[in-house]
Formats: sequence, C-alpha cells, structure tokens
Amino acid sequence: MSMFERLLALILVFAPLSLVSLGGGTSIFAEMQRQAVEVHGWMTARTFNELFAISRAAPGPGSLISALVGWEAAGFLGATAAALSLYLPSSALLLAVGGWWRRRGDSPVRRRIERGLAPVAVGLILAGVLTLMRADGAGWLDYLLLLSCTAALLGGASPYLVMLAVALLYIGLLRGGWP
Amino acid sequence: MIGGGGVAQQARPNEARPNEAKPRGMAAGEAGLGEILRVFVTLGMLSFGGGLSGWIHREVVVKRRWMGDEAFLAGIALCQVLPGPNAVNLALYIGQQLRGLPGAAMAFLGILGPPFLFILGLALAYGWGAGMAGFGVVLGGLAVAGLANSLTVAARAGRRLRGVRAWGIVVLVCVAVGVLRWPMLPVVAVAIPLSLALSWHEHV
Repeated sequence: MSMFERLLALILVFAPLSLVSLGGGTSIFAEMQRQAVEVHGWMTARTFNELFAISRAAPGPGSLISALVGWEAAGFLGATAAALSLYLPSSALLLAVGGWWRRRGDSPVRRRIERGLAPVAVGLILAGVLTLMRADGAGWLDYLLLLSCTAALLGGASPYLVMLAVALLYIGLLRGGWP
Repeated sequence: MIGGGGVAQQARPNEARPNEAKPRGMAAGEAGLGEILRVFVTLGMLSFGGGLSGWIHREVVVKRRWMGDEAFLAGIALCQVLPGPNAVNLALYIGQQLRGLPGAAMAFLGILGPPFLFILGLALAYGWGAGMAGFGVVLGGLAVAGLANSLTVAARAGRRLRGVRAWGIVVLVCVAVGVLRWPMLPVVAVAIPLSLALSWHEHV
C-alpha cells in the first residue's frame, strides 16, 4: 500500500470516530482497536494493548493513542494525520457552539443557564473520578491516597508538592516489594 | 515536568480563598495569546491518566482569574456533552471565551503539541526495549494525585451550590453515570433540563 493510501485510510478511520467520541476518548477505544487490528491489520492485538499502556503512562489526553496507531501504520506523517483527524472535527463543532455562547455575553439568561449546569458538571466530575479509579483497578490504598491528596489540596497544599510526595511514596513502596 | 514551583508558591495566597472576590479590573481580554499558550503547554504535560480539569481550574480560575467558577463549570458540562476528548474541548472552550479563535488555537497547540511529541518519543524508547513495569506503578500513583485535583474542583464548586435541589442533581448524575454506569448522554439529556427548570426562577 502506498504512503498516500495509508494516510487516507487513517483519515477515514479517525475523522468519523472524532464525532462519536462522546464523553471523552475512552468510548472509542474499542472501535479504534477493531479498525487498527482486524480491519486494516496495522498491528497485532498485543501491540495495540502495549500502545494503550504507553498512552496511559504518557502525559496528555488518553486519546493520543491515535498518534501511536498512526505511527505504527505510517510513521510520523501517519501520527500527525491520525491525531489531526481525531481532533479537528470535534474541535470545529465545539468552537461553533462556544462561539454562539460567547456572543451571549454576560446576560441574565446565560447566568441562569450556568447556574443550572453547575450541579450537572459537579456530578459528572465525581462520576469521572469514580470511573477512572475503577478503570485503573484501584485498591483501598489508592482510595486512601485519593482522599488524602484531596484533603491536602483543599487545605492549600501545592499540587506539585503533592505529586512529588506521591511519586516518592510509590517508589518507596516498589522498593519494599509492593505490590 | 514538575517544575514551576515558584509559580505555585506565588499563587498560594489566592488558593486559600478562591473566587471570593470578583477579579478587580481584570477583564478577560487581558489574557495574552502567548500566556494562553504557555499555560496550556504546562497543563498538557501535567496530565496523567485524566484529572486534567482540576489542573486547568487551578491555573485559569484560581490563579489567573481569567474566568469565574460559573463560566468554567458551564464549560465542563458543554465539553462533556459534545464529542471530543474533554480536556482538549475544555482547552478550546477557555481559549475561545478568552480570545476567540486565536485563543482557541493557542490552547489547542499548547495542550496537544508537547504531549504528542512526548508520546512518540516514549513509543520510540519502548521500541528500544526500555522497561516500563515499575515506571507504570509510579505513574499510576501520579494519576491518582491528578484525580485528587478533579475532586478538589468538585468540592470547591460544591461549596457554592445552594439547596437540596442542586445537590439532588449532583447525586443523580454521579450515581447514574459513575456507579450504575448508565450511558452519559441520556442521563445528561434529562439532568440538564431538570436542573435548569428547578433553578430557573431562583434569584440570580
């Protein structure tokens, strides 16, 4: 397959996924895996799982796994094509809605809508924390850590210090033979 | 990656009492494009395994006061309802509300550019046989600390919610999506109109 055909295939896989990636990137991983492994044969299922682990370990949104899939399929150009195809369509839609919102300015209607949205947002944040903790297979130690970190942050601790303390704690636990 | 401790210290007086006062004489227009880029570059490299909205809230609302809690939370709801990764959507939303399209472009580049290059570098290193087992456990711990940031946003925003009805919506959404694992869209499609109807006639 020529480079052009590979790039085109990547765009055709990722651009439609962009508009169905509701509720964050996780909802499209299954379909991304099917396309990359079964439909196009860019990699084995095992490689895909390894890429998933890398994307979880790296900074940035988990959906950057798209860049890794593109990289496996067609190198740096492939990574760029896959990532842009995944991000641009949803971004265009968000900017269209956001532009309309911005033109409302600081009106009473907008303030009423914002007030109504606030509890929904808080509920979604809590649900997101729960979901991610479960996806990582969190044990009691992780929940204890989550609550301690939150208490420290609410008490005004710098998140940088909290992250540093957590990293040191886990390195210590690893050295002690845990888990 | 964990650098910028000096910046963190500067912000601490603000953190003790976030958002009690409206920003004085600070219009949204004062967020420079270069500053937006810089903030989101830092944010992009800080997010491990989710929890990025907490970091964004800290930089944009608590430290810089570029927007208030209400506008930020509306952005969170909007970004979760529309397709696309939440963190990228939130960056676009904030950039756009502050400086229009150029602001959105800066936020997009900042939050995705460095992690994009970083992840390709990591893939290369992995291909060369770098061991990741212990590394993964430490990063898992960091992911938990990141989630604590998100929980902090919920707690701070929660303090400002008034009344049983607002809290009822919080519990409803959290249990339906987080515990029962119902699909988010139908839940939100019911919760948003319900929440608006319940609070519409209260004094703004």
